[in-house]
Parts: sequence; C-alpha cells; structure tokens
Amino acid sequence: MRYMLLVYSNENSMEAASPEERAAIRAGHAAVIGETSQRGILRGAEPLEPTRTATTVRVQQGKALLTDGPFAETKEQLAGYYILDCKDLDEALEWAARIPTACAGGSGCIEVRPIRLMPQASA
Amino acid sequence: MDDLHTAVESVFRREAGRIIAGLIRASGSFDLAEEAMQDAFAAALARWPAQGVPDNPAAWITAVAHRKLIDYGRRARTRRDKADDLLRETEASRVEEAPGVDADTMSFPDDRLRLIFTCCHPALNVEAQVALTLRTLGGLTTPEIARAFLVPEPTLAQRLVRAKRKIQDARIPYEVPPEHLLPGRLASVQAVIYLIFNEGYAATAGDGLIRPELCSEAIRLGQTLCELMPDPESTGLLALMLLHDSRRGARVSSEGELVPLDEQDRSRWDAGRIREGLALVEKALRRGRIGPYQLQAAIAALHTSAPAAAQTDWRQVAALYGELSRIQPSPVVALNQAVAVAFSEGLQTGLRMIDELGSSGDLASYYLFHAARADILRRLGRSPEAADAYRRALSLTANAVERRYLRRRLHEVAPDS
Repeated sequence: MRYMLLVYSNENSMEAASPEERAAIRAGHAAVIGETSQRGILRGAEPLEPTRTATTVRVQQGKALLTDGPFAETKEQLAGYYILDCKDLDEALEWAARIPTACAGGSGCIEVRPIRLMPQASA
Repeated sequence: MDDLHTAVESVFRREAGRIIAGLIRASGSFDLAEEAMQDAFAAALARWPAQGVPDNPAAWITAVAHRKLIDYGRRARTRRDKADDLLRETEASRVEEAPGVDADTMSFPDDRLRLIFTCCHPALNVEAQVALTLRTLGGLTTPEIARAFLVPEPTLAQRLVRAKRKIQDARIPYEVPPEHLLPGRLASVQAVIYLIFNEGYAATAGDGLIRPELCSEAIRLGQTLCELMPDPESTGLLALMLLHDSRRGARVSSEGELVPLDEQDRSRWDAGRIREGLALVEKALRRGRIGPYQLQAAIAALHTSAPAAAQTDWRQVAALYGELSRIQPSPVVALNQAVAVAFSEGLQTGLRMIDELGSSGDLASYYLFHAARADILRRLGRSPEAADAYRRALSLTANAVERRYLRRRLHEVAPDS
C-alpha cells in the first residue's frame, strides 16, 4: 500500500542551520532515499521551496482569489514529501522515524497518510 | 432455559477474546469477525436447547463462526481481495460441525497476542486503544464500556467505529510486533491495561469510587498477557493490580464513605489476592530486570503485608519510591516519597519535602498534593493551615466520595467552617 510521508519542519530553524547540520540532514534523506530505492519501494520524494514562495488559490463565487503565502500560518511547515510502497503502516512508520525533520533546536514531524486506492481506470 | 443462557454467557466471557482473535486473523476484518461471532452465538442459543450443550461449547462456536465467514466471503464478492484471502484461509481450516472438534486448529497460539498488540497500537489514540481492548478482548459490551467510562453510548460506539476504520484504512498490521519494536509496544499494552485498572479503582468523576468490573477486566487482561508473553514488568503490573484490588472491600465503608489506607479494616482485605500478588512480586524481582511496575508492586506488597498500619515499613517504602524516582521520575512519585519520609523520618521532614515540591508548581492542580499536605499539617496540629489545604483539595476533585471524605477532614480541623 502506498503511503505519503509529509515532512514538516520549522523553516526558520532550518534556515538558521549550520553547514554541518545541513550536511547531516542531506545525508539522512539520502540514506532513506537510497535504501527505499534499492528495495524498490520508493515512488517519489521531493523537497519543496519554503512557504514564502507559496501562493494560495481559493475559488469563491467562481472567482479565483490569490493570497501570498501558505494556506495557513503554522508552527511547522510542509517541507517535502516521500511516497513509499509499504507492506503495512508499521513499515511506513519505521521509515518515517528515519527521515530528518528537525535541526538548530527547531521541531519537526512526519505525517504518514495512506494514499487512497482508486479504482483502475479502464484502458 | 436459564441454564442455557448462563452456559452461553460464560463461554462468551471466557472465550470470546480467543475466538474473535482467530476470526480477525482469518477474515482480516474486526467487523466481519464480530458479526460471525455474534451469528455463532445466536445459532448456539437457537440450536442447543434441542441438541443439548456440546461437550466443548467454545469449539462448537468457533467452528460455526468460521463457517459463517466462508458464507460472508461467498456473498461479499465486491471485496475481491479480502474474499479470496478469506476462502483460502478458512478452507484450509475447514472443520466438521461435530462435538469434540479441536478449537486450536482454528486459533493459532499467537492470535490473542496479535489482537492485544493491534488494539493497543500507538497509531490509535489511547481512548480508542482502551475501548477496543475492552470490546474485543475484555468481552464487555459497548453499553457496559460506555457506562464504565461515563461516556454516552453513541460516543463510545463512534470511537470503536473510528478505531476499526483506522486499522483498516491505514493498514495497521494484525501482527505481534518484531523484536526491535517489542519493548515500546509492550509498554503501550501495559499502559492500557493499567489505565483500565485505574479507571476502575479510583473513579475520577461521578458518585462511585470503584468500578470493580473494570478492575477485574484489567486483571484478566494482565493474566492473559503474562500467560502469552512472560515479562517481568507485565508480572509486576499484574502483581500491582492484584495487591491494589485486594483492598477493594475495605476502601469504601458500608455508608459509601472513603476509608483511607491507615484506617482500613485489614480483615476485609482479600488474602487470596494478596498471596497471589506477593508471589508474583517475588517472581518478577527474581528475573533481575527491575522496572517501574515491579517497584510499585513492591511498595504495594509492603503495605499489604503489614498486619497493621502502624507496622508498615515506611523506611523501605520511602527507599523504593526513591528508586522509582530515579528510573521514572515524576512529581507524583516525589510526593509519595515525601509522604513516606513523613511517616518514617518525621512529619516536619516530610512536610519540608512536600513544600519544596509545591514550589515548583507542577502539583498545584493535583488534589492529592493538597490532601497529603493537609493530612500532615493536621497531624502536626496546625489546623488553620490544614483547613486551607483541605479546601484547596476540595476545589480540585469532582468525585462525590472523595469530596465527602475531604469535607469530613475539613470539619475535623475547622468545625465552624
């Protein structure tokens, strides 16, 4: 079953991180990407540009309203995602625990969500 | 007909956990398993009056329930994957509907363990873990659980629905966790069992102080856990629950008043439970892997083996709380240690420790902190201060029985209030 692992971290802390910390974070991600890829369970993994680059679109009464920034101000922000094809939740959770999210005293977490199985589209 | 109902009910209470654990494994679904079991019990009530109660009632019910699963599988073609697994599994364990059928062919020894670990999976919130454990392993009905936790029945029912849905949708595996995850996961199971016990032992709100059926359920779950997965902390937990439960008959007077430990009629303590609990404490400690439950059990052992309150080995109790505060520090443990010190080294010394704890602010909203402080002040004859502390304690508990106790003490130290 495919799970999306949503990586949340505190952007301010991340940007304040030292070069050593950044290197450690990169290494952590590389390890997970390497191993999951080797096992053939990696379906995707990408970092996102910080929320200051985001634009939010809401459609009200047929009109698209744009706001500068993420959809909500949060203590931790979506930093990227992984999609892993895992046997069960426990496997997904074990990978999640290895993905770096925090540094420079900031907090972080990974939200693990099953990807809904959609019926196969006919050819 | 009454005998029949009693027979069926006793099978249900004893075997439901084991039967449903196997059905969940066979079907991959809590709901299907529950349906199959309910149908099987209904079939028992319908057919046993004519056939007579079988020699092995549990095996009969298990066999019929597994057969029901096959029927559901044939009918539920839309869930193709599940149905295929279902047919494969259950056809592999096809049984005759004959007396003397071995129920074990349909229940692997690990099934109840699988069930406990799944119900107590940390991906479920604790309330869901408690409800699911009691519903599937405890054999309590939804209304019984709702009543026990003072929660409206529809709320409890929704809690169960959501928990089962999460297990299915997020694919929480129906497995005993692998070695490297076991310590943490076992701790979750122990925590759920202890939570159930505590809920029954000292009701947080409402009129009653004790809900004995919850204590009994927790003890049964603890026994099952120890039987299926021997572990010194699980043994310690079981011992702790037995020793606490042994005092149940003496904790509340015939008028419904709270009787503190030092005033309890020890002849009303359950000697059998105490013997069992003491033996388990020793057994656990011999394994040489000390832990918080074992320490708490050892403390309970000191209390329950004292022939009278005045003969309690408070020095040892204080020492054990000291040990406990090293491996699992908490303000509550520190408070209990201070109380033990008050009774072993002197009230003033204990009071100093308590006041020091109070200054950190962690215990300010804990009613037992103020009640303990009040108690010591009362024994020191410092009545006005004791009265203030009792009033603080009163403002922090909603339990009717505890409030009556605190008001009684308050009246003792401040008769005009």
